[in-house]
Formats: sequence, structure tokens, C-alpha cells
Amino acid sequence: MTKKPVQFQLNGSPVAVFADEGQNLLDLLRRGVGDLSPKYGCGQGTCGSCTVIIDGEPRLSCLTLAETAEGQHVETTNGLSNGPDLHALQEAFMENFAAQCGYCTPGMLMAAKALLDRTPRPSREEIVEAISGNICRCTGYEPIIDAILAASGQPTRRTG
Amino acid sequence: MSSVEFRKDLFADERDDNLQEIGKPTRRQDILGHVTGRSPYYDDHLFDGLLHMRCVRSPHHHARIRSIDTSQAERMPGVVRVVLARDVPNNLNTLLSLINFGKDEEKLIQDTKVAYAGEPVAAIIAETEGQAREACAAVRVDYEVLPHVLDPEASLKPDAPVVNEVYPNNTFDYHDLYDHQKLRFGDVEKGFSEADHIVEGEYQMSPIEQAPIETCGAIAAPETNDRFVCYTSTQALFFSLGTTAKLLNMPSSRLHFVGGTVGGGFGGKVDSIVEPLSVLGAVLTGRPVKFMWDRAEEMQVGAPRGAERWRIKDGVARDGRILARTFTGFFDAGAYTRLSSYAIIKCTGHIPGPYSIPNVASNVYCVFTNRTPATAMRGFGITGVDFAIECHVDKVAETVGLNPIELRILNAYRDGDMKPHRRLAKNTALIECCQVASQKSGWAISADAARQSSLTGGGGTRAVIPESITDSVGRIGERRRADVPTEPGAGAPSRGRVAAGTQGIPIVAAAPQDEDMITDPARMGFRHAPAVSQPPRTAPSVPVPPVAAASAAPPSAAPPAGQQSAPPPQPVAPQPSAPQPAAPQAPTAASDPAPAPYKPEQPFSRGVKRPGVSRFLSGSRRR
Repeated sequence: MTKKPVQFQLNGSPVAVFADEGQNLLDLLRRGVGDLSPKYGCGQGTCGSCTVIIDGEPRLSCLTLAETAEGQHVETTNGLSNGPDLHALQEAFMENFAAQCGYCTPGMLMAAKALLDRTPRPSREEIVEAISGNICRCTGYEPIIDAILAASGQPTRRTG
Repeated sequence: MSSVEFRKDLFADERDDNLQEIGKPTRRQDILGHVTGRSPYYDDHLFDGLLHMRCVRSPHHHARIRSIDTSQAERMPGVVRVVLARDVPNNLNTLLSLINFGKDEEKLIQDTKVAYAGEPVAAIIAETEGQAREACAAVRVDYEVLPHVLDPEASLKPDAPVVNEVYPNNTFDYHDLYDHQKLRFGDVEKGFSEADHIVEGEYQMSPIEQAPIETCGAIAAPETNDRFVCYTSTQALFFSLGTTAKLLNMPSSRLHFVGGTVGGGFGGKVDSIVEPLSVLGAVLTGRPVKFMWDRAEEMQVGAPRGAERWRIKDGVARDGRILARTFTGFFDAGAYTRLSSYAIIKCTGHIPGPYSIPNVASNVYCVFTNRTPATAMRGFGITGVDFAIECHVDKVAETVGLNPIELRILNAYRDGDMKPHRRLAKNTALIECCQVASQKSGWAISADAARQSSLTGGGGTRAVIPESITDSVGRIGERRRADVPTEPGAGAPSRGRVAAGTQGIPIVAAAPQDEDMITDPARMGFRHAPAVSQPPRTAPSVPVPPVAAASAAPPSAAPPAGQQSAPPPQPVAPQPSAPQPAAPQAPTAASDPAPAPYKPEQPFSRGVKRPGVSRFLSGSRRR
């Protein structure tokens, strides 16, 4: 099996690994690099739990060929906090009960961060649109929407 | 110290008793791991040299296996081991055998006959998942396709194919006695004859896949101390451990199971299928092995909530009181039992829903079909029958022309009422729920209905177990795939009036086993449940229950309006000259105030031998 070197920036740090032929970015991140925060849910691009940010855009890493990450900036939930200092989204998810089993959470956070990076004060409709590719099976959409509103400094159902 | 007080004492520093938590978010204990992506799901454990296992699955609903040819697959690149049925040391199990319930019937890997599409017939262990997939596709299985059955009622026909040879009637056999769960309370025929309306309905629910975002899976690896560690997505860690020990014929002390971080379960991760296979892979290869379902497998062979079909027949008085209700239920267990046998027991205990109905009968069948085996899912056993009951209550309300909320309040159970499974209702709140629902929805109810309370009007005559009609339809040995009616009471070969209870044995109502199970007298209105079934106060030859003879209305259908807290039922002293019921155990037990609470002869900490508990769960197999 042929292997191909891939170099990219992962959460601001340079990474150089060998990718297997046909390997997807999700597998490369988890097995090759050891960043376990993106999750496998379906492998078909329907559940969103593998969402990462590539050059500012939310991307499904299970459908992204690992080689295509060459030279790009990849962000995962693993790099969301700055050491012990949590990102505003992480704090808001904790305070608003925006996770139950937690499996969809890293993907949700990435979808939300991509939104807030572009639109610092999104409307509720924009939030719903931004996380529409992410499935939460414990049915936590309302708390998640609340958390993203709270992270952007806007009133939630509870506080507003 | 009751267990509740003990809990308060032990966790005193964790939270106070003022649980005013509703309506505000609470920070979860495990939330930091979730938002930082560091919660350790089973697949987040990395191993050097990890092998990947995948299953070869049957494309047919029902087929005999003539031969399995793995020679080509064995030569495929990356293939380390092909696993067949003969590699499983003890290849027959049923999940609930760990609590001695049901017969062993399901193979981990099938070698003779597949009974559902997707049943595993072989497994491939390879260096990469892709290689395992390719090798699976190269396994040649010669099937002789058999006729299949996918509908539970068609499965009960005499000419239906036998799905599961261990249960040749296509029904789970309860205690080797009956082919269904039977509930008999009062006399439904009499209730129907007194009713002004008969309301019938049929309700059906499809199978539902739990669909957790994390698919089922496990990683097993040899440890350095002759044990195997298994990281698993299971919701039932010790069940998985016991099942693995049994299937692999291995002392449970050699298994080190790590779980607890589950990426969504909803009942779909209790079946202990992935753990035995991954541990077997580690045993056979001496290397770490991951067995993980992909999404397609999760949807196809992940055991769903089973399909259910319900027929309900109500006898209703003109004023809306439900006088009698019968149920005929069919649970589609799929090809193997898994937990369906238990679901039927749950639903039979739940019948007839949160209502006090004086005459109730049900026959509920756990039926095998050539579909994916069904298992647990969020309230399984209750959800389907509740859906049917509430649809049916609306239909009753429509028939008699009553407000459906008022009809529910009229028929609601109240504290102290005897439920058909012979337990007193307590902490009931249907009436209060209906009142709140009517307020919130702006759906007006009458002033009388708004005044009712679950705390009053129950008990008294409503706490009595009535004389109950029984029959022996479906007794194992008589019904051998004969085309007999399944409705309660229909086609009964012998009918007779027997004392309350089953098989002529009087039922002791809710004997308290522990302090905190004892009925609170202030809440219930009397100190103890009637300790035994009340002896009939008239001669047993009179074919009318005594309470019904005293007043025209059936016992538990007395109009609740104006009733205050019912006085404690005075035990009727049996007259020595009065005819005794069929099972004359009542006098001594009735004079006895309460049976002594159960106390083990020696503390559990010293290792009490508990009959009926599997050796695979206890420590008896530790060496």
C-alpha cells in the first residue's frame, strides 16, 4: 500500500504525517495524528459528528480525502480551548446543558465556531442553518441553539 | 435505616434534598470532557497493531447454510484470521440466561441456519478495515433459501415456517407453562354484557431503530496478566461481561471490561453482541481487535424496538365508565428472544394503563419472525401499548360523546386502587396531569372534573381483587401450532370460576419486603394492603362477584363525585359455616397483620447462594 506525506497546520501547529491511499481526513486525524476529538458517526456525511474547520469553512472530515488537507489550516475541538481557558462556546455549552452523551458535541462546536468566526452575532435562524448538518440524537437542539446564542452574547430562551 | 435514608446519609455532601431543579439547566458532571472532545468513548483508545474485525452477514431472511468457503478470503492481503462458528467455545446463548430466564437459542456466529437478514455467519480479522471488508466479500456461502415469515400473526399460523427451533410454536414459552402472558382480572364477559357500547380498535407500531450517533462496538486486547481488556460502548457492562464469559467459556475474572462513556444508547447497546466477538478476536490472534459496526450495520442488524400490534375491546357504560377491557397483543421479537420476553412481562404489568377498570383480560404473545431481533428501547414494552391505550380512550370518548380529558379523569386510577396485576396503585397522578393539561391547553373541563383528586375516592371496594375467570388457552402441550383464537376468553376449552389469582393459588397482595416499601398509611388511607385475596363473601356458586351483587354498579366504577377518603376496608371475618373459596388459605393469613419482612439468613457480604443466579455473574468461577 502506498503512503503519501501530508503536511498541514492543525490547531495552529505544523503536522507532518503519512496518509494511506484513499484514507479520509477523519481517520488520519484520529489514527495518524492522535487527535480524537472528531468522531465517527456514519462515514457518509449525514451526521456531522466528524465536522472540522478547514481554512475557515466547516467540513465533514469523513468525506474529505486526507491528501487534500495539504498546506491547509485544520481546526478541531481539541484546539478550541487555550490551555485551561475554555472558548466562550465551550463555557456556554457547559452552562446551558447543551450536551447529553457528548458524542455530537465536538462536531456541533466546530459548526458553531465556523459560524461565529464569520458572523459574531448570528440570528436564531442563522444558528439553526449552521448546525442543520449536525444530528444530535439525545434531542438537545434547543439547548444547543441557546448555548450558541449565549456564546455570542445574546439573550437565550431562558435569559431573554 | 431505610435505603432512602442511607442514601441521604451517604451523599449528604453532594446535594441537599431541596431538588428545585426543574426549569433550569444543570452543569453535568461529565460536561468538561464533552466540550473539550476528551470524553473517552471506546473508540478513543489507541492500540499499536490494532486489527479490525468485520462480519459476513446473511443476505436472506431465512436460509439453511449448506457450506461456507473461506479459502479465497484467507489468502486475501491483510487477513489475519477467519472466525467461524466452531471457533466460539460455547456458541449458544440467550441474553437473559444470566438471570435464568429463557432457553439458550442464539449463536454468536451461525453455522446451520440463518433466521434474519444480516445474521453473522463468519467474521474476518484483518490489518485494516478495508481489507476486512474485501475479505468478507470473498467468503462464499452456499444457502438453501427457506420460506420466511415477517408478520407476527402470520407467524402464529400452523403452516408458518419455524423461525427458531428452540421455540417450535414461534412463541416464547413462559415458564414452560403458557405460550403467552395472560392477565385475568374480574369477568370481562360480564362487563361487556352490562355495557352500553362496545368499542374496538386495532393499533400498530413499526420497529424503531435507536440510532445512536456512536455505533455499537468494542476493542479488546490481551493484557500482560493473562486477562483481556475490553473497551466497549455497552450500556450494560456486567451483562456484557457475563455474556462474554459464558460464550467464550472463560472465567469472568480473566475479563477486564471498561465502559461507561456511551455515545448514545437508548437501549440499543444492551445486547452484548460486539464484546464477545472482539474478545474472541483478541483470544484467537493475541492482538488488539476492534469490532465496530458501521452505520449501515447499526441500522440493519442493530436490534430495534420491536413492532407491536394491539387489539383493544372496551365495554363502556353510557356515562363513560369503562366496565371491561380486553387486550390481544403481538410483540414481534424478530428471530431471537433478546429482551422481548421481558418486554411482554412489563407491558402485562402495565395493562390496562392508568385506569381503574373492574374487569380486564389480556393475552400478549412474544412472537418470533424472520426479522432483526428486537431489544430494549426507552420504555420498551410500555410505549406501544400506551400509544394503543390512549388512542383507544380517545375513540371511547368519541363513541360516548364525552370530553376526552373528563373521560380520563372519570376512569383514572386513584391511590389505593387494586391494579389488575394485583398491586395497589400508589402515588397516582393521572387526574392531576389531566387537570394541568386542560389548563395549559385551554381545553375546558367541568367543575366536577376539576375538583377530583387522585388522593381521594380510591381504595375501599376498589382495592379488592375480584373473582377472576381463567382459562387454559395456550397452555404448553395443548397448543402446538394449532390455529386457535388469540383473544382473551375466546375458544376456551374449559371455563370455570376460580378464586382470585392464578392456578388456584391465592395471591398475597404486595407483601412489603423492606421498610421503605411499606405503604404510607397517611397517603393510602389504611395501614396495609389486604394481605390476601379476599374470600368471596357469598357462596362461590353464585356467578356474580359479591360487590357487584350489593350495588348495581361494578365495584371500581363507583362515581367518584362526593366520595371522601375511603374508610379502611374492614377485613370480613370468615364465618365458620360460610362456604370457603377454592383455596382456603385465607383465614390464617387474613388474621395475620403483615408478613414478616424478608431477611436473609446471613449477610450478603458473606456470599449468599442465591438460587437462579448464573454462575457467570457470581464469583463462583473465579479461580
